[in-house]
Amino acid sequence: MMEHKAVEEAKPAFSLGRLLKNHAVPILFIIICALGSYYARLPLQFLIAEIITRMARNSFLVISLIIPIIAGMGLNFGIVLGAMAAQFAFIATVFWQMQGLVGLSVTVLLTIPVAIVFGWLTGMLFNRTRGKEMITGIILSFFANGLYQLICLWVIGGLIPFPDETMVLPSGVGLRNTVNLKAMHYALDNIIKWRHGMISIPVMTFAAVALLCVGMVYLLKTKLGQDFRAVGQSQQIARVAGINVDKVRILAIVFSTVLAALGQIIFLQNLGILTTYGSHVQVGTFAVAAILIGGASVSKATIGQALLGTFLFHTLFIVSPLAGKNLMGNPQVGEFFRVFVAYGVIGVALALHAWRGRGK
Amino acid sequence: MAEQRLEENGLVERLKSAAADLGVPRLIIFAFLAAMVVAAFLLELPIDTLTGNVLTRFGMNGILVLAMIPTMQVGMGPNFGLPLGITCGLVAATLSIELGFAGLQGFLVALSVAIALGAAAGYAYGLLLNKVRGEEMTVGTYFGFSIVSLMSIFWALAPYKSPEMIWPYGGSGLRVTITLQNHFDKILDHFLAFTVFGIDVPTGLLLFFFAACFLLWLFMRSRHGIAMTAVGNNIRFAESVGLNVNRYRLLASTLSGALGAAGIIIYAQSYGFLQLYQAPLFMAFFAVGSILIGGASINHATIKHAVIGTFLFQALLVVSLPVANLVVSENLSEVIRIIITNGIILYALSRRESGGETR
Repeated sequence: MMEHKAVEEAKPAFSLGRLLKNHAVPILFIIICALGSYYARLPLQFLIAEIITRMARNSFLVISLIIPIIAGMGLNFGIVLGAMAAQFAFIATVFWQMQGLVGLSVTVLLTIPVAIVFGWLTGMLFNRTRGKEMITGIILSFFANGLYQLICLWVIGGLIPFPDETMVLPSGVGLRNTVNLKAMHYALDNIIKWRHGMISIPVMTFAAVALLCVGMVYLLKTKLGQDFRAVGQSQQIARVAGINVDKVRILAIVFSTVLAALGQIIFLQNLGILTTYGSHVQVGTFAVAAILIGGASVSKATIGQALLGTFLFHTLFIVSPLAGKNLMGNPQVGEFFRVFVAYGVIGVALALHAWRGRGK
Repeated sequence: MAEQRLEENGLVERLKSAAADLGVPRLIIFAFLAAMVVAAFLLELPIDTLTGNVLTRFGMNGILVLAMIPTMQVGMGPNFGLPLGITCGLVAATLSIELGFAGLQGFLVALSVAIALGAAAGYAYGLLLNKVRGEEMTVGTYFGFSIVSLMSIFWALAPYKSPEMIWPYGGSGLRVTITLQNHFDKILDHFLAFTVFGIDVPTGLLLFFFAACFLLWLFMRSRHGIAMTAVGNNIRFAESVGLNVNRYRLLASTLSGALGAAGIIIYAQSYGFLQLYQAPLFMAFFAVGSILIGGASINHATIKHAVIGTFLFQALLVVSLPVANLVVSENLSEVIRIIITNGIILYALSRRESGGETR
């Protein structure tokens, strides 16, 4: 009798209440997206086409956040540095007038070592600011942006000669506001493309994302992956178990930074234009907002949440200006609203994390 | 042996320890400032005008920097949620204009409404921060960003009517910048202002700032102020002697909100314009950077730190702008501002004593 009852308790029936409670954030955003899509009155085909483009473009960046979360370092706002590494590489390959898939491959090869160095430095800084990794990452992204601007505005053309009139400002010092990536536009997307009416699917880009997902699942099963988890659960216990905690934490950030750099390359080859002083700025905020909307938290994240979050966040991005215009008669309101959602969801997630953390 | 060596190298050691107290980033910043001043002399820039600008910008930004002191002293870290107080100040200023107040009356209405709104918002914000102890800086940063975007919606939709503030065509929504020319533009700056050696001294502005410093100094030495510092120094000890920790954290947040709101009114009257929408987004970081340059650490800040830090930071900005423009390119001084501000914050974060409650 008793045993029977215990089994019954251990296997609770499907409960709507629990489903709502455990997945409150994604459900809320599904509702907001549905309402937004309704009021935006966009043609369905256009909406789907846009979502597919944006999923291909952004998923990689969002997935790059997962490893530091598992390693207990929170949301890595420092992925902005990975994006910068990618942009430096693009500036070099455009300068060398490289084209197509070859150019893109060289960009990738150039980016990886730079991103490893950036990630290593970020990881060392995070080890010095243990327990405050997130605020450090936020400030670091601003600081690095300052250095990036210094390099692009002054070092390029000023200290190192850069004889390409199409790329530098008329004075010869500093890069122009945009770098044209036309030669590598869609280099990855167009290898195989399935078209159906307005909808076109960049197969190889999605294959890259799928490969990343499989690789991630595999990585988390290796010894290193287990170390990430162990450090994430308790640095103390991990240390006692003989894990070099500091090194594992640095590696987590290196992985994240390199993946973010690759993600930014995918993003930019799809866009076809590099906004020299702007493309990287919001990478961290938008990726973090996306993964949180998918239901991840500061200490827990899965690939599914990353993909769902990318989908929801970018649906909101597409529909909110039009929905704002149709509802409030002012397209700017929708624009402000989506920025508010990005910031707000991060703020709320961080607050909830701290709130629950205090109970322990 | 050790003592002997210490005596021999007394001066060097002392200099070294002074440098260590100051920290490498601050030394770099001082050296940079010195280089900029020398460059300004060599380039024959108008030193008197620059000095006048430094004085104005010092008084203009000072109160926003003072707003950092209560939360840092109580152990909540710098108030990255400052945009909350700032938007309260902007609401107060737009209300004062909307209701048709001008001159000294307009200024006083704006200032008092700002302080009331800022304190109320600061109190509510403090209730939130009490729930997220240990994560005030991250939560505050994104809370501040959210408020700025939320208030952008407010500026675009709020039913203001004053033709000086709304867009001339279409007639709804506030403009991005609103001129204070007919209201309280430079009302403090021009009060008792005089010129000496070609330097324009904004007497009223400086007097107001020093009065605010004095009042905050008095408060920090009052029973409440001392209790606040005690909470910041050691939260466990404060709890054990029966101090209500949450109450003092609320008080700090309230005070910081009120100072932030008042600070933007002072800033705006000196600048001559109200800047709405995205303008307050990064203001907190510059205030945090200023006080840290003055020698504060994440959980310890005094009036002295705020005064010195604001002066050095503004001096650096004012002098580096024309130097950078002449020597290199136009945008460089803005870039330097970003690097210095965030560099000094990173440095402060990486210091061991900045931990607050260790986890």
